[in-house]
Amino acid sequence: MTVPTKVDLPPKTRGLTAIAGAMSLIAVLLVVQIWLLSAALEAFLARRHHSALPAAIFSGVMFLVCFGLYLFVDRVDSDVRHTDE
Amino acid sequence: MKWLRRSSSEPLWKEEFSVRTADERYVTRRQLTKFLVLTSFGMFVGNLWILVRSMFPRGTSYPQQTVVRLGEVPVGGVKLFTYPTKDDHCILVRTSENEHVSYSQKCTHLSCAVYYSQENNRLECPCHKGFFSIADGSVIQGPPSRPLPRIVLESRDGDLVAVDIKTS
Repeated sequence: MTVPTKVDLPPKTRGLTAIAGAMSLIAVLLVVQIWLLSAALEAFLARRHHSALPAAIFSGVMFLVCFGLYLFVDRVDSDVRHTDE
Repeated sequence: MKWLRRSSSEPLWKEEFSVRTADERYVTRRQLTKFLVLTSFGMFVGNLWILVRSMFPRGTSYPQQTVVRLGEVPVGGVKLFTYPTKDDHCILVRTSENEHVSYSQKCTHLSCAVYYSQENNRLECPCHKGFFSIADGSVIQGPPSRPLPRIVLESRDGDLVAVDIKTS
């Protein structure tokens, strides 16, 4: 009995694995963004304004990464669903 | 472009609602991903809002309000009042013969009401044991990360008048 390699897996299974991986990464980025938002709010309420700019920049970068991962998920979804049509 | 999905001749409803059971897992995952990315966008907007508020702070002016007559509160005594609105509870403490201090009564951790502990000479929050200095409202111990907002008092014609709030 041979263990199926990554290449042997059917496209739909590979697609689901890729999507699950991308979703996990987005979830991790979201947790970091939530922490960043709460820290920035806490600093704002304490009148420490110097941390607002870096927090906004990092949050924007993380949003762009999330959006890129969404485009990836969307493309994989589209590719896999049209493979066997 | 490699990142974008291939153009499809299918109508939108077929893309968003799976006809075949096998495609259902893809649709639900894609929709969840879309929701997560929208949440991420919301976080980003929140950070932008904080940035804008930091760059353009609103100049708030507070009303002048008589709190207490001088000598009305004994040394070590406390008077509770509201300032600047009826919903903002504050605490005034007479720490010595000639000194009064006043702070917002709302703990900066989770907004419980702080009280004055005369034996420890500090303001204490009973909810999570957050202690604040009576001298300047700074955090002595506990979960609060910010000092208590201080009410600026002025002595006028035998009265103590609240004129401003200092938040740090």
